Amino acid sequence: MTVVGYRRPAPGINPDNNSSAYASTRARAPRHPAIRIEHTLSEITGPHFETGGASAIDLTRGARGEALGERIIVTGRVLDDDGRAIAGALIETWQANAAGRYAHESDQHDAPLDPNFAGAGRIISDSDGAYRLVTIKPGAYPWRNHPNAWRPQHIHFSVFGTGFAARLITQMYFPGDPLLAIDPIFQSVADPDARARLVAALQMDVTVAEYALGYRFDIVLRGRDATPPQE
Amino acid sequence: MKTKLTSSQTVGPFFAPLLRGDLSQMVSAETRGERVVIEGRVLDGNGDPVPDAMIEIWQANAEGRYDHPEDMQEKRLDPAFHGFGRVGTNARGEFTIHTIVPGAVPAQSAQSQAIWQAPHLNLIVFARGLLTRLVTRIYFPGEIANDSDPVLCAVPAGRRATLIAKDIERLAADKAASRRLCFDIVLQGANETVFFDV
Ligand SMILES: [Fe+3]
Repeated sequence: MTVVGYRRPAPGINPDNNSSAYASTRARAPRHPAIRIEHTLSEITGPHFETGGASAIDLTRGARGEALGERIIVTGRVLDDDGRAIAGALIETWQANAAGRYAHESDQHDAPLDPNFAGAGRIISDSDGAYRLVTIKPGAYPWRNHPNAWRPQHIHFSVFGTGFAARLITQMYFPGDPLLAIDPIFQSVADPDARARLVAALQMDVTVAEYALGYRFDIVLRGRDATPPQE
Repeated sequence: MKTKLTSSQTVGPFFAPLLRGDLSQMVSAETRGERVVIEGRVLDGNGDPVPDAMIEIWQANAEGRYDHPEDMQEKRLDPAFHGFGRVGTNARGEFTIHTIVPGAVPAQSAQSQAIWQAPHLNLIVFARGLLTRLVTRIYFPGEIANDSDPVLCAVPAGRRATLIAKDIERLAADKAASRRLCFDIVLQGANETVFFDV
């Protein structure tokens, strides 16, 4: 069986796990270089999830009222690096609330929870690869990486594309955030252009008047050198 | 390439919403194949448990077919087995996967004659402190096919054992239970698990 593998990311796009400015890497990053293997059926295949799931969701409507904070719209497309839409991709998001607090038992930050904001969503990209998330702009929050460390505002994104080798978890940031320059996680991406692609763009054509600012965040997964055969 | 890739970032410690639904139980009563329970721990370079790791599993069914349109082998799909699992570690760094032993799947081959891969589970490990996901595999002990598996053979002989699960002795009273295996994931250090650049 001839297998057409995924293209390899250029250097500087994915962070090196040995990034000691991010303290948690020190005891967790492998010391041996990863062993390169050619892709087989095991790497090019991957799970699929229910199709026909919602491509647009709204996290701001709680059981007892609206979530607190600045309502925003985040929209974009899941693509491969040939620019082809990836339809039916599972996108999972999770984030802090407007006060910078996760609805998670191990988040010890002394900031209020919002009973109307769980902060987690599940979206299936549509036939054009598009998704749309209405949510609350997350607050910055402290972490214990170094004294007085604060994470920039961010939304976590988990994406399943077409194959297990293309599996991606990332974070989306906001333009103009002064914490980006000093965040060891954001700065772990060596390529400045790649870092810039993790920052969503404010878009007035996504913004809805009298309702919410809109941001665009496209997610680009690894592509392949030949079109995979059809079913 | 027309567009440029999105970079990886750490899953962080607060990924609990990803674990909704029990995806550590990959089988149902109707699933075909030999049941296996895989228990393990994720350990860091100090030997301490990693209590906030998330492991994803992708595997073929009992006949060695992936539930994916690009697997065009003439083998049956199993409607009771998709092959995807996801599990988080507990406070002691432990995880348990309930699945079946997959069949052999073909490897890349320049010739028309297939080279077979030994039965294996494909794993991705995410955790706080990992900026880019780690990829590894679980192979099964006592499989003759392990000796000729092209991926295992690409690993230095001294490190191959980190990729092969170990049998856990079955209790005498527990003979009817599933086969039990142990597979620890050591992120760093002397007994570091082999991770793959895919
Ligand atoms: Fe976060």
